[in-house]
Amino acid sequence: MLGSFAVLRKQSLLGDAISHAALPGIAIAFLITGAKDTNTLLLGALVSGLIGTFWIRGIITKTHLKSDTALGLILSLFFGFGMLLLTFIQKQPNANQAGLDKYLFGQAATLVERDVWMMAIVTGICLIVMLTFWKEFKILLFDADYTKTLGFNTKTIDILITSFIVLAIVLGLQTVGVVLMSAMLLAPAAAARQWTNSLSVMVFLAAIFGAFSGVFGTAISATQNNLSTGPVIVLVASVFVVFSFVFSPSRGLLFKQIRFIKNRRDLELHKTLAFMYHIAESHENISHPHTVRLLNNFQGYTKSTLQKLVDKQYVELNGNMWNLTKKGFETAANLYTKQTTDDE
Amino acid sequence: MSNAQLEIQVIASLVAIACAIPGTFLVLRKMAMISDAISHSILPGIVIGFFITHDLNSPLLILLAALTGIITVVLVEYIQKTGLVKEDTAIGLVFPALFSIGVILIAKNANDVHLDVDAVLLGELAFAPFDRLIIGGTDVGPKSLWVVGTILLVTVALLFTFYKELKVSTFDKGLAASLGFSPAIIHYGLMSVSSVTTVGAFDAVGAILVVALMIAPAASAYLITKDLKKMLILAITFGVFSAIFGYWVAHWLDASISGSITTILGLVFLAVYLFAPEKGIIAVLYREKQQRTEVSLLTFLLHLKNHDDLSERHVKHLNEHINWQKVRSKTVLDLAQKNNMITIKNNIVSLTQKGDEFTSKAIDYIITNEDAQIEDMKDDFFLFRG
Repeated sequence: MLGSFAVLRKQSLLGDAISHAALPGIAIAFLITGAKDTNTLLLGALVSGLIGTFWIRGIITKTHLKSDTALGLILSLFFGFGMLLLTFIQKQPNANQAGLDKYLFGQAATLVERDVWMMAIVTGICLIVMLTFWKEFKILLFDADYTKTLGFNTKTIDILITSFIVLAIVLGLQTVGVVLMSAMLLAPAAAARQWTNSLSVMVFLAAIFGAFSGVFGTAISATQNNLSTGPVIVLVASVFVVFSFVFSPSRGLLFKQIRFIKNRRDLELHKTLAFMYHIAESHENISHPHTVRLLNNFQGYTKSTLQKLVDKQYVELNGNMWNLTKKGFETAANLYTKQTTDDE
Repeated sequence: MSNAQLEIQVIASLVAIACAIPGTFLVLRKMAMISDAISHSILPGIVIGFFITHDLNSPLLILLAALTGIITVVLVEYIQKTGLVKEDTAIGLVFPALFSIGVILIAKNANDVHLDVDAVLLGELAFAPFDRLIIGGTDVGPKSLWVVGTILLVTVALLFTFYKELKVSTFDKGLAASLGFSPAIIHYGLMSVSSVTTVGAFDAVGAILVVALMIAPAASAYLITKDLKKMLILAITFGVFSAIFGYWVAHWLDASISGSITTILGLVFLAVYLFAPEKGIIAVLYREKQQRTEVSLLTFLLHLKNHDDLSERHVKHLNEHINWQKVRSKTVLDLAQKNNMITIKNNIVSLTQKGDEFTSKAIDYIITNEDAQIEDMKDDFFLFRG
């Protein structure tokens, strides 16, 4: 859901970076409290995720390093630091330390009821905030400068969105793990983007896609042994994306190809007709017959285009001779001045 | 320092150099995230290779993994070319999918063998010396030393051979194409080198460290210099320094070597980020402040030039009229006086001849929209900068 905003803001990989950056937060929270309480760990993850995000911002705005470098940098550095802390913790005499690395790869099966409730609550809060600030989010997304002139505090809105993305990621970490979180954030949104141009529909669709891939993925992984949930969910989501890429009516590859072929055919048809028009123009009688041999391939002529023109009653065919009909002549005369719609 | 310790440090340094070279170009070509994608998506290649050979050390593994790396790049580019999503989204979609396939393959088939995600992703440098390469019964050193060394040699050879081509195509694709170098070949060549380096280095140091070693030294170097040669050398220096220093930190903390190398890399970058002479945060902030003061000074001088009234030129009045805070007006006044642009008599400010000249020139530039010239002009007129 929040992924829609990330995709549209061209910050898709932010999810990846944040999920890695959350690791040292988890480790530090554990080092400080010494207990494996979900809430404190998540809080740590949230804080370090936010630090990572704002550092990325700082690098992009203050130096000439580009966003991809900043992302990759923060991602790997924070993660490495997290690993250092984790291995450091492992050497500590503390029985609680086992299972911290579960956060790395995620284990949906380890979730207890309390975690689920917490996720539900946070999702609810996200929804409410999103609905309240819907207009602001939308306007910031598509025209940041305009938002500023309207007097909104763009920085606050920006921070709000970013914080919620971070929050969503940190929560999802437990379920699918660091590596796959970015896919969970992106895939539903990228799939939804193919079906619609409207933000509200897109967010809604992304939520549905996300939920479906969650349910299907869990179901598939439950039917077989040894299949961890996270990767299956991601694969299901990827299938959704591929499906959307290929079959979406307005942007999909399949329909694009079909449109492309159709346009080319129309173009050939028009070219032939225009050529015929120029020949016919030089005669007083527009229906004066000419031989087919006059037409050539270069003008877009093929047997099938000629046949199509006959079908549309633009042209009459008698043996090897053709002549334009009145209707055909008029259409051809109009070709350059206006786009005819009835010959589609 | 024992033999094993020395070997670890040599391996780490070699990996650092091997990563820094392609990393520099990746950073310059704005493709840094590709290295992250590659490092994740080589997993299925390794797994499939393992199923075929049942040997974690076979060269086929590296070949297959490098192949998956290149497939990733091709896939990302294909998705990007359809124009359906942006490049970064394409990266974000491709590599988790490939990674998932790898994880599932492991989970389904390789339960009873020693191959797990942690080992692939995180690597462990500490065990590298124990994996020896034996040729004809004699021990010639750790295996990863040879793997990384070979990759490094190839990379360096390629770098020297195609240095000019790489340089041109990185900074000016159009020029490179018109000179007859195929940008596509160089692009895929670079991608292949990155893939192979990632794969060769990952089992020594882990995927995350590979990414860190590629991006962090290059990014730090980029903040310091704009010269490609200097940047390469600096990146290599940073990499090697972090590798060796990181090893000793890990030794001292008794923690993961790759983690501590990354941390040192992070500290190096942080230091550069803050203190780099021209691009560092402190330098940037200082320059911004300087420019703000100088713009204020210009506004102030313009105001003086436009108003001849004594009341308009009273120090107190200026405070109110231009609506500056007290501190700021004092800074501006001081600066103007230091540069001999104004004189203050009985709290009445007037322009000197120099100040007058400066202001009229500035107005000229502003009217003709050549604002950039003002910077040069400042050099001529200012004795002290803001």
